[in-house]
Amino acid sequence: MYGKGLRTLSIATVVAFATSLALVFFYAPLEADQGFLQKIFYVHVPLAIVSLCGFLLGGLLAIQHLRTRDPRWDMRSYVIIHTSLIFAIGTLITGSIWAKGSWGHWWVWSEPTLVSFLIVFLLYATYQPLRFAIEDPERQARYASVFAITSGAFVPMNFIAVRLSTAYVHPRVLGGTSNLPGPMALTFVVSVAAMALLFATLCKYELTAKHTRAQMRALRRRLAGEGDSPRRTRSAVPSSHAHGTVTARVAGGARP
Amino acid sequence: MTLADVPALPLHTAGKYVAAAYIVLFVIVLIYVAIMALRLSRMERGLGELLELTEQAGAEHASGHSEHKESAPA
Repeated sequence: MYGKGLRTLSIATVVAFATSLALVFFYAPLEADQGFLQKIFYVHVPLAIVSLCGFLLGGLLAIQHLRTRDPRWDMRSYVIIHTSLIFAIGTLITGSIWAKGSWGHWWVWSEPTLVSFLIVFLLYATYQPLRFAIEDPERQARYASVFAITSGAFVPMNFIAVRLSTAYVHPRVLGGTSNLPGPMALTFVVSVAAMALLFATLCKYELTAKHTRAQMRALRRRLAGEGDSPRRTRSAVPSSHAHGTVTARVAGGARP
Repeated sequence: MTLADVPALPLHTAGKYVAAAYIVLFVIVLIYVAIMALRLSRMERGLGELLELTEQAGAEHASGHSEHKESAPA
């Protein structure tokens, strides 16, 4: 179910990334102030944009979960937040490298963009422990959805608050202060698209793997004659949603 | 002097920072692929076990069926 279109998506990601790297190193001109160091911009900013959008999307999917009570939305929200967190780690590391090269410091506490992103990251870092702390799968999914929605709402508020702050040391990319020349803007857009495709591919891989594992677990239970109800151990991962479809298929298809 | 006024690094110094940033992304993807490969091999093992279970269930069902036939009155 989740594996549909995975091959096309993977190929599109590889093509987009190759194009993006070619544009970054052979097409985009060197920036007047920072020179070659500015090339980090094409990996750091797309990582940040995609991870923040992912956190927002996770919140929207959590709303859908609370509306429908369908565990599939919880699984999607979980996977997207999980992947966004990985991208956020990438953002922090590449940002630190850029800061060291550009400013001579790995981290600048007086810079609101850096600190606000760290706050968002630390906030979402508590998502997994929160899930793990609740044993009942239904309650876990509900609480995690509430967390994803409130944190998701915090992301744009945080973004706006930083924009309204007076310090403009950190370069602005989007909005009125943006004055990227044509080739740089094109390279940047392609880089964001490539990063978004990578994000979508990783999420799809994760969802497919989790769905397949859930199906296998259900199949094993069925063949071992353990009954239909899943034996749940404490875990941060959302409970299986493939159970019904698998048991139905096994009942019809696994007869000797 | 503010942070924004710091002069640009020469290419030979900036190059290592740019390389490091792109390597970070590469490593993240590489770790992810490695984790996926581990999961895939675990899944393959699991599928093998399931296949064995299916064969066992099939054999038990077949033997039970033949016993039932033998014990049935002519």
